[in-house]
Amino acid sequence: MSVTVTDVSKTAGTAGAGSPASVSEWVRRRRGLIAGVGALVVLVVLGSVLLGGGGWPAGLTADISGPLDDANDWVVDNRDTHPLFLYFLLHLSNTATDAVDGVYQVLDALGWLGVVAAGVLVAWRAAGLGRRGLRVALTSLGAFAVCGLLGMWDATLLTIALMVVSVAAAALLGALIGLAAGLSDRVNRLLRPVLDTMQVLPAFAYLLPFVLVFGTGTPAALVCTVIYAAPPMARLTALGLRGADPAALEASASLGASGWQRLRTARLPLARKQMLLGLNQTIMMALSMVVIAALVGAGGLGEEVYSALSTTDVGKAFAAGVPIVLIAIWLDRTTAAAGDRIGEPTPAGSWLHGGRAWALVAAAVAVAAAVRTTTWPEAWTYDISTPVNKAQEWITANLTFTEVWAREFTLWILNPLRDTLVWLPWWSVLLLVAAVTWFVGNWAAAVTATAAMAVIGALGVWAKSLDTLSQVLAALVVTLVLGFLAGVLCARAGRLERWLRPVLDAMQTMPQFVYLIPVVALFGATRTSAIVAAVVYALPAVVRITTQGLREVDPAAVEASRSLGASTRQQLFGVQLPLARPALQLAVNQGVVLVLAVVVVGGLVGGGALGYDVVKGLSRGEMGLGMTAGIAIVCLGLVLDRITQRTSRPTDR
Amino acid sequence: MRTVRTLRTAAAVTGAIALLSLTACSAADTGKSDDVGGKKTVKLTVPSWVGAQANTAVAKHILEKELGYKVKTQQMGEVLAWDALSKGDVDAILEDWGHPKEEKQYVETKKTVVKGGDLGVTGHIGWFVPKYFADEHPDVTDWKNLNKYAEDFRTAESGDKGELLEGSPDYVTNDDAIISNLKLDLKTNYAGSEAAQITAIKKYAKEKKPFLTYWWTPQWLNAQIDMVEVKLPEYKEGCDADPKKVACAYPNTPLQKFFNADFAKDGGEAAEFLKNFTWTTEQQNEVALMIADQKLSPEAAAEKWVKENESTWKAWLPKK
Repeated sequence: MSVTVTDVSKTAGTAGAGSPASVSEWVRRRRGLIAGVGALVVLVVLGSVLLGGGGWPAGLTADISGPLDDANDWVVDNRDTHPLFLYFLLHLSNTATDAVDGVYQVLDALGWLGVVAAGVLVAWRAAGLGRRGLRVALTSLGAFAVCGLLGMWDATLLTIALMVVSVAAAALLGALIGLAAGLSDRVNRLLRPVLDTMQVLPAFAYLLPFVLVFGTGTPAALVCTVIYAAPPMARLTALGLRGADPAALEASASLGASGWQRLRTARLPLARKQMLLGLNQTIMMALSMVVIAALVGAGGLGEEVYSALSTTDVGKAFAAGVPIVLIAIWLDRTTAAAGDRIGEPTPAGSWLHGGRAWALVAAAVAVAAAVRTTTWPEAWTYDISTPVNKAQEWITANLTFTEVWAREFTLWILNPLRDTLVWLPWWSVLLLVAAVTWFVGNWAAAVTATAAMAVIGALGVWAKSLDTLSQVLAALVVTLVLGFLAGVLCARAGRLERWLRPVLDAMQTMPQFVYLIPVVALFGATRTSAIVAAVVYALPAVVRITTQGLREVDPAAVEASRSLGASTRQQLFGVQLPLARPALQLAVNQGVVLVLAVVVVGGLVGGGALGYDVVKGLSRGEMGLGMTAGIAIVCLGLVLDRITQRTSRPTDR
Repeated sequence: MRTVRTLRTAAAVTGAIALLSLTACSAADTGKSDDVGGKKTVKLTVPSWVGAQANTAVAKHILEKELGYKVKTQQMGEVLAWDALSKGDVDAILEDWGHPKEEKQYVETKKTVVKGGDLGVTGHIGWFVPKYFADEHPDVTDWKNLNKYAEDFRTAESGDKGELLEGSPDYVTNDDAIISNLKLDLKTNYAGSEAAQITAIKKYAKEKKPFLTYWWTPQWLNAQIDMVEVKLPEYKEGCDADPKKVACAYPNTPLQKFFNADFAKDGGEAAEFLKNFTWTTEQQNEVALMIADQKLSPEAAAEKWVKENESTWKAWLPKK
């Protein structure tokens, strides 16, 4: 490996503004801008001190909860008689219920042997027939076996039935949206904020209206899941269509293919890999809605988790949470393996190939089903709730420093941060948001962010939103520090990463409701508990993206710096981190989105503020209150997104 | 090229809409079929707290084993359950702590829900301190002395005031108004869920720390942790009429049952049985403790109780 000195400096130069040399370069170029922002900050602070602090003026607010509550009442009064319901919406909800019931009945009729055979064989076939396929198949077998062992067989089937229908609907909807966005720039621009809102608006906020319109149980749960899970499919489909190799399109056009033919024969097949990744993400998102679906009576594993909460039975919640994680792992490994296989040549001459193999799978499942073993045998179950409860009690009794830590964290970090934010005059907050977004991005971003902040004020939830903002910021800092640290370690030690992978999987898919009680037992019903829950949820994504980003840094650059005598530390800070900057930025952005997604869960463990309002809106049937807080969370998401995304947008999720 | 594409898109969209409206040309079922597999079905809601789970479990056991019904249970929030009750997705709510807004809307205006009578259990909400703290400081049980102890109840969340621990957003509470109207040196902290509140109380009790919490009876935790109520200014009819001016204690609430109007009329033996269903606080607590403390499943707890208390439930069965 012989790389000259000039080559290294060139690579470092293209790395952009991250490395020390280019930072000073960048500072020199934008000296005027920095001076302006600095002056503004001084002005804001001086102005606040002289004029005194204060919240959003009451005269500038508009209460939207009145009209929303009226709409609520209208639905209740008209849903049995109005044609919109009789001829359209009720059909939708009846179809949804029938579809889920149908899938459940099929699974039930297959018997447990049939379901296990179907799950394992489909995984094996989809992952390819070689050694990798075998490994995926074994993982699936283990996953199903544990679901049965934990005594959750029936609940697992119900959840799978709901998942099958909702993922199918979300994938279809997402693919259609993605198709439109992939083919037209204007549609793409129009849809982007819609997709953002679909993901950041807490499901709790819109659960109530959907329950009123579609009815409790399956229909409302299904619609909410589809809304939350469709965006990744839409985004990745659009990305795949846009990223299609122009040469291939050119070729098919020159062969005289019409637009439709080109789409069918060239663009869609080329986007297949991205679409499968989208499906994978959609499945994961849908699974994270299982417990929320249970809040409106959808049943399944979510209900087991939710009902365990009322007796503060962590063991039982855990026993229901594990199957959710295992279903996620089964589906994730299967779809990921299928995605990896796309484009690989199929082994020629193998008779276990194509339609014949699928026929074999179907035959095997039919045989297994014919054995007619209806439900999972009672004798083959093991109750883990007692040992888990014992372990939880031991841990919370012995980790006493957590309480002290939580207290200090609240007193010295959270309270000052919140009090400062709330104390700042409203106009200075707007100015600060505008200045910071303009500084890191451009004026368009600054306008959006400032407008979003103003909407928060106009909705009359200024103080609560700043309270939530202070919690989100604190959680974000903790997540990023821990996440970058773990990411760097994982990138350097491959074994650690393999070791951590199942842990990260579990952290991401285990319903937050399961660890709610241990968190409160350790940290009390405080804002710190809310922050801990957020960190646990957001950490895996940050670790994964950081590791990935560092791994993909050009090995030549690292090698070169090493040959120049750079220490490990210098390599990391001088070369790897600057080169991985886009990935690190994506990690920050994902951190924001994920932390915001848990604000509502934080409301359940003492986080208060907006999260509590959203939960209250659902549980007391006050749609106005819940929606107002939900919209404020979306606005906070917009502000933070514009601040963290800099110039280029992350493409994914 | 562009216009062709636009035209095609328009045609596709029109086609899709036409198809949708074709499938929707008949009025949909509003969904109230009661027969599943030839058996009459009763649909009950399972509220999130254990006492109410005990009602549902016992009712389900007797309906299925003695009267030959099939019982479908669904877990959901209280307000959602009211809505489902009005639509007929749920046939009965067996324990309601008072939802004046829903009562007015569904019982009085729409007449889709009817009253099902007393459950026999009386609920009471109040402010509670642990017994170990009240034993040391007997005068804490009067609200007039609370300011003296505000310092003991202080936490990181309540700043320089004493903390009044609140529960789930579901609960009826006037506490913020009571605190400001009685000029108390307290601040509410919303735990956000019953689970979080119970966990926090258990934590305090284990460390023998003083605390002040919004709490209620009947509740299974009361059998594990002894708590003493703090006397607030006496409740008088109407003293809680204006939410902003409340400065009095909570009333005693005889818990109510509510039925879907159609079910009450055509529900036959099941409706009659549920109407007769009344038991005492002690009886409910017996079942609730089996579920919450001994971690029995609600079904197993109900079965055990039914086996041991034949004389009680025999009286609820419809007269032949």
